[in-house]
Amino acid sequence: MQSNISKEKLVEMYKKMFQIRCFEEKVFELYAQNLVPGTIHLYAGEEAVAVGVCSNLRKDDYITSTHRGHGHCIAKGAQLKRIMAEILGKKTGYCKGKGGSMHIADFDVGMLGATAVVGAGLPIAMGAGLSMKLKGTDNVVACFFGDGASNQGTFHEAINMAAIWKLPVIFVCENNIYAMGTRQSTVMLTENIADRAIAYGIPGVAVDGNDVLAVYEVAQKAVERARIGEGPTLVECKTYRHKGHSRIDPAKYRPKEEVAEWLRKDPIKQFKEKLLQENVVLEAEIQQIEKEVLTEIEEAVEFAKESPYPSPEEALEDVYAQISEE
Amino acid sequence: MRKIAYREALREALREEMRRDSTVFLLGEDIGRYWEGAFKVTKGLAEEFGDERVRDTPISESAIIGAAVGAAITGTRPVAEIMFGDLTALAMDQIANQAAKIHYMFGGQVKVPLVIRTPFGAGVNIAAHHSQSLEAWFLHVPGLYMAVPSTPYDAKGLLKVAIRGCNPVFFCEHKLLYPIEGEVPEEEYLVPFGVADLKREGSDVTIVATLYMVHKALNAAEKLGAEGISVEVVDPRTLAPLDKQTIISSVKKTGRLVIVSEDCKTAGVSAEIAAMVAEEAIDYLDAPIKRVAEPDTPIPFSPPLEQYVIPNEKTIAKAVKEIT
Repeated sequence: MQSNISKEKLVEMYKKMFQIRCFEEKVFELYAQNLVPGTIHLYAGEEAVAVGVCSNLRKDDYITSTHRGHGHCIAKGAQLKRIMAEILGKKTGYCKGKGGSMHIADFDVGMLGATAVVGAGLPIAMGAGLSMKLKGTDNVVACFFGDGASNQGTFHEAINMAAIWKLPVIFVCENNIYAMGTRQSTVMLTENIADRAIAYGIPGVAVDGNDVLAVYEVAQKAVERARIGEGPTLVECKTYRHKGHSRIDPAKYRPKEEVAEWLRKDPIKQFKEKLLQENVVLEAEIQQIEKEVLTEIEEAVEFAKESPYPSPEEALEDVYAQISEE
Repeated sequence: MRKIAYREALREALREEMRRDSTVFLLGEDIGRYWEGAFKVTKGLAEEFGDERVRDTPISESAIIGAAVGAAITGTRPVAEIMFGDLTALAMDQIANQAAKIHYMFGGQVKVPLVIRTPFGAGVNIAAHHSQSLEAWFLHVPGLYMAVPSTPYDAKGLLKVAIRGCNPVFFCEHKLLYPIEGEVPEEEYLVPFGVADLKREGSDVTIVATLYMVHKALNAAEKLGAEGISVEVVDPRTLAPLDKQTIISSVKKTGRLVIVSEDCKTAGVSAEIAAMVAEEAIDYLDAPIKRVAEPDTPIPFSPPLEQYVIPNEKTIAKAVKEIT
């Protein structure tokens, strides 16, 4: 293995990626059983991005997330059972059932929440970076968003502001080629979204978003740069979602050959092969990890299923923070 | 007691809260040392607190509010200035979908202590993009508090409470109020949200008015008094929360209600207050509720056109006389 990442860390990265994949497969299954209200946007296929980036972060660093956010939560260290409970609309979920799949947050691990308005997370991440700068800490903020969000005005406003103030933000574009059903090449002439960084006077790097070690290395540089006060980086991770945009989307707009090609480049399969080929881990160790993960997922599902729904009148709570605290 | 201008009262509130709490900071377009705010509210603050805490921004309203949201949820207390109320439209998602909803949507995990200051109001011939009164847009969003101070005293006391609070506050100012002087004590005081001010006692009719309209209502009340009509004037001071009780008590006493608000009549502030009174106190009304508001047009430029659409002493008095 070229990278100088410790075995322990590599194993942890593999475990996280596998957790995300199994978690998403389970959510898909529960949805089919009518246990998930609303809709779901699955992260399967994009695991290398969240894990490659978050493996460079400390617990007291921050991330912001999107409607396709389960993977970000897991990668940043949120509890599977409380994510699952939120997706099922249960009282024990992170948001007490008020947010659901598209709005999970865990402030205890620096997960500042998922916004379901495309592009809305960029200014918020920038603001968290501003807060860090004003407080004089060395924490950083990783902001996940998609190729679609890069056409919002907030992309321009937030990256420019972060650049002029040298804020500790890593803007991570998960380019999965499609904004819902709209192909990237039909809505922008630039091939690389990372090239837009030139306009803001900051580094922009495009990387294979299905290669977790490549993402890790690029993110590591961006995080270091942010931590020492040199400002933001735009990292574009080229990746692919295995499923459609949301649960109801069969993704017929994607050519079969394209899907097949990306499935061959499955980030988990690739990473596993690499770990085995280079004798970082033994097959038996991998099997042990996978077994542990499957048990954890089952426990999360049980927890979520057995948890109560919130009582209806809780809908009226939490509109405002308590007056007594003011 | 000493008298200071509304803009000076706001500045004092900012200065005192910035001295009191090092996590309070200001951001907005041209609020720093070079321009000191389009209406000079932040004059001198950059000199005292530095450019980091009195932060000039690019012309990026959405990112100004987004920055405030991100900062508020990570341990600081931003006070964002949007140069004209009309420009809040550019930041609508960050205000209405993010700032207002984060506490609720994330199950109460985090507080969003931020203030958005912005001036509304017509009357200075700057037409449709710099003159609107858009309180109703934001009143319709659960999760936001809204202050509408009409005097220097209230402006200072409410702004201090807004900055110390734990919720996003939409703090409405009015461009014609900035130079208006009023009594403000030297010593510290606070004005709580949700407590209306009875500006003038009367027995024949209640006028509820906000911001600059409070002064017009008081002038109209004075003239009507000379004609033998006793007018009570209530200034809610905050619209969210709204002090319903003071309004209802006044209506129970007078039996008549005129609401004066500078925003558009349809689905506006006056509509909300009228509906509330109709719902909760209709049996005490001896006459129909009257509303004096902007007649559902954009704000025009030319002085005679603009003056025609803004409520004034005459249109207020006319409405009062129609029901007394």
